[in-house]
Amino acid sequence: MGSNMAEAHPVGFQWVMEAKARGARVIHIDPRFTRTSALADQHVTLRAGTDIAFLGGVIHHILSHDLDFREYVRAYTNASFLLSEDFRDTEDLDGLFSGYDPHTASYDSSSWAYESVQQEEGRPGDREKEHSAPFKHGASGPAVAGGAGEIACDPDLEHPRCVFQVLKRHFSRYTPEMVERICGVPQEAFLEVCRAWTANSGRERTTALVYSVGWTQHSVGAQYIRAGAIVQLLLGNIGRPGGGIYALRGHASIQGSTDIPTLYNLLPGYLPMPDVTHDGLAAYLESVAPRHEKGFWGHADAYTVSLLKEYWGEAATAENDYCFDHMPRINGDHGTYRTVMDMVEGDKVFGYFVLGQNPAVGSAHGRLQRLGMANLDWVVVRDLTMIESATFWKDAPEIETGEIVTERCRTEVFFFPAASHVEKSGTFTQTQRMLQWRDQAVEPPGDARSELWFFYHLGRKLKERLAGSTDERDRPLLDLAWDYRVEGDEPDAADVLRRINGVDLTTGRAVDGYTELKADGSTACGCWIYSGVYADEVNQARRRKPRFEQGPYDAEWGWTWPLNRRVLYNRASADPEGRPWSERKALVWWDEDKGEWTGHDIPDFEKDKPPSYRPPEGASGPEGLRGDDAFIMMSDGKAWLFAPSGLLDGPLPTHYEPHESPARNLLYGQQGSPVRKVYGRADNPSNPSPPEAHGEVFPYVFTASRLTEHHTAGGMSRQLPYLSELQPELTVEVSPELAAERGLVHLDWAHVITSRSAVDARVLVTDRMAPLRVDGRTVHQVWMPYHWGHTGLVSGDVVNDLIGVVADPNVLIQESKVLTCDVRPGRRPRGPALLEYVREYRERAGITPRTGTRIATAGDDPGPPHMEPGPPEESP
Amino acid sequence: MTNEHSLHGPLEDPAADAGHVGHPPRVGFFTDTSVCIGCKACEVACKTWNDVPEDGLDLLGMSYDNTGMLGASSWRHVAFVEQERPLGRQDPGLAALPTGPSVTGVQQDVVAEGMRHAERGGAQLGTGPVDVGFPSFELPGASTGAEGRTDFRWLMSSDVCKHCTHAGCLDVCPTGALFRTEFSTVVVQQDICNGCGYCVSGCPYGVIDRRPDDGRAWKCTLCYDRLRGGLEPACAKACPTDSIQFGPLDELRERADRRLEQLHGAGVAEARLYGRDPEDGVGGDGAFFLLLDEPEVYGLPPDPVVPTRDLPRMWKYAGVAASALLAAAAAVFVGGGKR
Repeated sequence: MGSNMAEAHPVGFQWVMEAKARGARVIHIDPRFTRTSALADQHVTLRAGTDIAFLGGVIHHILSHDLDFREYVRAYTNASFLLSEDFRDTEDLDGLFSGYDPHTASYDSSSWAYESVQQEEGRPGDREKEHSAPFKHGASGPAVAGGAGEIACDPDLEHPRCVFQVLKRHFSRYTPEMVERICGVPQEAFLEVCRAWTANSGRERTTALVYSVGWTQHSVGAQYIRAGAIVQLLLGNIGRPGGGIYALRGHASIQGSTDIPTLYNLLPGYLPMPDVTHDGLAAYLESVAPRHEKGFWGHADAYTVSLLKEYWGEAATAENDYCFDHMPRINGDHGTYRTVMDMVEGDKVFGYFVLGQNPAVGSAHGRLQRLGMANLDWVVVRDLTMIESATFWKDAPEIETGEIVTERCRTEVFFFPAASHVEKSGTFTQTQRMLQWRDQAVEPPGDARSELWFFYHLGRKLKERLAGSTDERDRPLLDLAWDYRVEGDEPDAADVLRRINGVDLTTGRAVDGYTELKADGSTACGCWIYSGVYADEVNQARRRKPRFEQGPYDAEWGWTWPLNRRVLYNRASADPEGRPWSERKALVWWDEDKGEWTGHDIPDFEKDKPPSYRPPEGASGPEGLRGDDAFIMMSDGKAWLFAPSGLLDGPLPTHYEPHESPARNLLYGQQGSPVRKVYGRADNPSNPSPPEAHGEVFPYVFTASRLTEHHTAGGMSRQLPYLSELQPELTVEVSPELAAERGLVHLDWAHVITSRSAVDARVLVTDRMAPLRVDGRTVHQVWMPYHWGHTGLVSGDVVNDLIGVVADPNVLIQESKVLTCDVRPGRRPRGPALLEYVREYRERAGITPRTGTRIATAGDDPGPPHMEPGPPEESP
Repeated sequence: MTNEHSLHGPLEDPAADAGHVGHPPRVGFFTDTSVCIGCKACEVACKTWNDVPEDGLDLLGMSYDNTGMLGASSWRHVAFVEQERPLGRQDPGLAALPTGPSVTGVQQDVVAEGMRHAERGGAQLGTGPVDVGFPSFELPGASTGAEGRTDFRWLMSSDVCKHCTHAGCLDVCPTGALFRTEFSTVVVQQDICNGCGYCVSGCPYGVIDRRPDDGRAWKCTLCYDRLRGGLEPACAKACPTDSIQFGPLDELRERADRRLEQLHGAGVAEARLYGRDPEDGVGGDGAFFLLLDEPEVYGLPPDPVVPTRDLPRMWKYAGVAASALLAAAAAVFVGGGKR
């Protein structure tokens, strides 16, 4: 679901085809029939943006027919834990959970806690929303205060306030009829999926779930994944061979760029970025890993101090908190879209580094991106070719409309040609968390250099420039260790990887894993979860033993974090007593004779902790985990069906309509996510959705994604003849029914319009697109690939110009996978007439900057519209 | 004449027939279209390795196929066939949706019209949409329901030069530019080709073609240079799902037979092998296919025949005719002698 794996991840799809050849049934649930569907056993056509209703229906089916893997659920999830009496479900509050404040559009999550666990008083949900706080917990579980103690539970799962019963009630109205009315999926097709999924799960069988950015890029994206996780947990498909949830990442090494992040609110290894409330290392550590909490985050002090030692080396000492105060502090939303809006406003952001990215084409609301970049002092672009983000000052579409004037555009652009992946050494971290080393094949041409070269020398020159400065604000740079090995003028990537792995400073040797890291300053480590990649002073990521020469888990190919474990939480592949659930699905198990965990994979559990282990009174950290607490990163050792904390938009996934939707929410008065992040401003208008009027002006559901033949924003494909000739033009795919309704002709021109812009494309009328019946109405969906821009061998309009900025509060990702639009035959107006044309559409739909910003639609108090500061009533 | 099957029919060892001694086993491609995901990596890998030029940035509208056909500058071609027909037991998810009539016919008409104007160096047969009735046949009652479409399938298939046992192109080449390699594949030597174009009309599949700019004939070499270096051809190397399999032809045929059996067992009754049979009109193909329907559906000729099959018969007729002429001429002289 939410993935077009054959087209976007063709290399990984070979394993799906191999599984199919061995008898696996492949089901593809997606708004359109893609190359993935063509190879699947079953395709289910779904209305974009309704996956939670579908998955909620699956959960309802499982629970109402007692099809869950009960022993697994009881042992490894929090199904039995009792919730606080103060908790109110969406069933009670018409689509809201308890703790909602319509004035800040945020939740106080204190009522979502377990019964016996005292919660921190009224945590300021609005501040957490600004920081995108949950993402800062990354791969960890967020804190459950007092989690290491015994949590009140009902092992029979019958108490009305136990998670299992709360879950049952929460999804009680997600019936096959409701799924059909909301998603447009005929009941028989839906039930066929339910039957296949449940029949193929349990002791003897497991089912894998694959998703990609079709799930994440929604205002409720994190909850999509939660919903998938609940299904997989109920069916016992996590931590077991052939099970799991596969998050296919959007680019090569995007996994790496969250592990060692390029994100404003994370440090390497999912440690949170300090914020203004952390006035010292102790305060920071207490917030990351409270002392009384279970699990491996209990050693966050060792991970943090080792990171600081890696950054500041000798300068970092116990006396100065290991230079913790050199770390920047965040004090609000500094995400991509906030930053771009600040660029447009012109008084906060002055320079911008654009590396391996092409925001002028590839980011939502391309127009806003280009207008922002045209309002800076300088932009640094590092890319293989002159991409649109480097040339916007002379060829952006806004030149044609008169919004950017080359002579007056003050932005100075520095373009640095970049070395491609074959022209430098280093690692990619892929979807399975596997680091694979590649050696340099050829020298980069001309002035092209690696990223490592660029940043190493940038840092070196900055340090040289600041040498001798006594200004306190220059200390962090001056104190940086910055002592990587250099060959010629190229930093040695293997040395950097070794430093990421970590070094024992007393012996000078690489550490063998994060369990060796210390909080006393005697170890340095650039990213604790990668610790072990240089174990035994060997670049483990460079291992390439053929699969024919090793076991089924290929433990000697590359290296997977953490500690080369191929399946996360694989302790759950064995029952609480440590025996495999079935011989057929054996992965790791407890060897009583040897007194250790063993198996086909490296156990994701303390090797010598027996299944019968029970922690002593008051134990915390890893010592606090029981011998059957399989989910060792969670603060209660259990997988969370219900999330008592950590999410800003509710403890359970709930069907909300997308920000722009043609339909009223049939389940609740609350239409969309009540805590989605809206930016009500004149340059970011929204199409109206029920209960607002005039949605009929934009009657069709729009979704966008990729083609195999091109790479994202086109920087790596539109310049290449062999790829460009395979998909030479921007197209819009419509069903024969919609073509008839709008008079669209195969291969002729049409244009797609939203309240942001209109873009041209050639029409592909295809049976692969089909209309849906949604609550008695016919709903048409429209699809476009987003690879085109204005430079390159083949060019076209920027599809992302159609998309506005609305975000998931948990991670601040934009809702770019579903919006509403209109489609008309013929080409769009050119030049300033385009602006006028789109303005007329807005006028017809009654759109103002307020549209879509009054997000609470349930309850007595709707709260105010959530507007950006500035003149609110000015027409966009 | 070394072999009674030198011109047509089964031929155990084409390389030996061409005079190679101590040569490696015959190799080829088995293209299993049932696992093709239409990624076109084969097209890109082929062009990159063999330095084949880009040949047009045109949107054809034939589903996702913007290559159109095999030609002088397209040695691999992935066909995309959208049809209102079921594929085995696949559920396309259209049942109970508010659909109207299928558009695949309209799509094909638009494409056929566009292809009529495509620039070619002479190749026609098997590549033009006109003669082979590119999937235009519709079984009566195939679309159930009053007018709504309920069936759909999207077939993908990577086509390539067949490296025939009896290669029409090679047999008619007057310069010796085309030759049979030690691997039993068929390769054009570009430095010898004089661009006469006989091979273009000699190919029963419409594969080989001349480049409009230089006039010479070009086609797949089965990566002859890579084979000599012990490497598999670029397309097979790049194929992520092993839809394109390279190897000794005997092994490939066995593998294909097993795969066909598996698919039949899985309910894909229309699956069949194409070019596998040494008894067919070209003596079997070095590059053969597993198709999921009639070859015409993929734009492939149903019954390709090497032009040289008729050569003995033609010579016989020619011989008879020549004898008759001779006899007549002799009769004239004989008659004349009487004068």
